[in-house]
Amino acid sequence: MALSTDEVARLAALARVDLSPEELAKLAPQLDVILDAVARVSEIAGDDIKPSSHAFEITNVFRPDEVRPSISQEAALSGAPAEEDGKFRVPRILEED
Amino acid sequence: MSELVSYDEAVAAFEPVLGLEVHTELNTKTKMFCGCQNSFGGEPNTHTCPVCLGLPGSLPSVNAKAIESAIRIGLALNCSIASWCRFARKNYFYPDMAKDYQISQYDEPLCFDGYLDVEVDGETYRVPIERAHMEEDAGKLTHVGGSGRIQGADYSLVDYNRAGTPLIEIVTKPVRGVGAKAPQVAKAYVAALRDILRSLGVSDVRMEQASLRCDANVSLMPWGSDELGTRTETKNVNSLRTVEAALTYEIRRQGAVLLSGGKVKQETRHWNENGYTLPGRSKEEAEDYRYFPEPDLVPVAPSREWVDQLRASLPEPPAQRRARLQGEWGLTDLEMRDILGADALELIAATVEAGAAPQAARKWWLGELNRLAKEADVELDAVGMSPVQVAELQALVDAGTLTDKLARQVIEGVVAGEGTPAEVVEKRGLKVVGGSALDDAVAAALEANPSAVESIKAGRQQAIGALIGAVMKSMKGQADAGQVRQLIMEKLG
Ligand SMILES: [Zn+2]
Repeated sequence: MALSTDEVARLAALARVDLSPEELAKLAPQLDVILDAVARVSEIAGDDIKPSSHAFEITNVFRPDEVRPSISQEAALSGAPAEEDGKFRVPRILEED
Repeated sequence: MSELVSYDEAVAAFEPVLGLEVHTELNTKTKMFCGCQNSFGGEPNTHTCPVCLGLPGSLPSVNAKAIESAIRIGLALNCSIASWCRFARKNYFYPDMAKDYQISQYDEPLCFDGYLDVEVDGETYRVPIERAHMEEDAGKLTHVGGSGRIQGADYSLVDYNRAGTPLIEIVTKPVRGVGAKAPQVAKAYVAALRDILRSLGVSDVRMEQASLRCDANVSLMPWGSDELGTRTETKNVNSLRTVEAALTYEIRRQGAVLLSGGKVKQETRHWNENGYTLPGRSKEEAEDYRYFPEPDLVPVAPSREWVDQLRASLPEPPAQRRARLQGEWGLTDLEMRDILGADALELIAATVEAGAAPQAARKWWLGELNRLAKEADVELDAVGMSPVQVAELQALVDAGTLTDKLARQVIEGVVAGEGTPAEVVEKRGLKVVGGSALDDAVAAALEANPSAVESIKAGRQQAIGALIGAVMKSMKGQADAGQVRQLIMEKLG
């Protein structure tokens, strides 16, 4: 399959995982092995096997539209590294133009 | 700001091609994938739970009512309904979505291949609809520091109350063949969509509260060409007027770029309230959403029976309803336009339903009630008088209990919360007075105005006005002017 280190670098950037060039070089072949293994599954599956995204062949699992208690603001913010005015405080998103 | 050419110059050289994406928040009681209350506003982060906060180990569960609403929307937009479809994860890193992905639909939308006919200047344009799919809304960001915009802000604050609100995204196919009318067609489309969503009762469709939002795409191509030009997408289009204004601006801007030999850059732009668009810099920079089927949810497979049942229960389409009511009420196009402009159609319809004549219902809603609503700066339906009460008022007028003038005072009383029309008449003592009290008042007026009496006897009929005025004054307005005129003529006759 031959995944290039550039492609892995892009995936790492998209997933916000900071990888050094050494790590990229090490991980690219490993990801290759995984992709190959998944590709084997597609080869084995014949036309009679439907693609699936779920272990069970069930559909339409719905919940009635009835309000259930939410958690408190305090509980919601309990895992936040920073908070202000009842809101989650996050670092600057974009730099100045 | 960019260079512009005139709108006429731009559309003389190029054919605009539109693409409209409308997001509408559903008004279900709960969120799309959890039982948290779905409501506008509220104290920040008080309508959240592990699911909509994206905490580890939590699992989404699908709101049945949201699926039903989505199917009804699809049917009202003449879409086919998928017999089997899945949710998908749209991955992106942005603090408005705590999970770092949004549950949406990708290549298997619930509703697809529909259309909506809209009317502009008496002509009908068919807007083809590509898809209507389900997804969840994001949380609300507030940027702090700098100018309050995302660029240059010191930091941002997040409220996840809105995160997980059920959203339907309705996407058109490229809309071609509308020529210079493109911005008007776009506005008419969004208005028609709003009316449909309102008639279905599935959304509050308040653009100013962002429960209906529009992203407007437009590209230009030389007339006769078949190759679509490069498009821009304008976001932050939050009123019907803005839909038209933003597209008009983009057509003029792109026209200027192309006519000067330049190339349009494919980008997301933002509408600025001061009347122009600016290129946006946001999450699109790494636009690779790596969609994949949502492993935490099973497919949605609406049965044929369910879909047929929902189809059979759809309300009459708004455009058809308008045409029917206009015919039934015998209104001119102009009268109808005023009604629609004042957002009074449904109020008048309900008033007629409650027994009032259409013209009378129209008179009160567009007259006194519209004036009071504007004065109080509220929507007409929040003015404080119900259609049933308006019908009740008109019944009092029809019975001769009230004159129009007294009826206006009754309306003021009802709107001020003094009770039903009958109660206000009672409390304020506004009944038209007839009988001996009126006879006495007429006799007194004749006696007090001998010169007017002489004039009338000499054939100068207009002098009767002074007598009627005198009677009305002594009756404090609680008499019927027609009846007074008749009594005077009888006395003098
Ligand atoms: Zn929740």
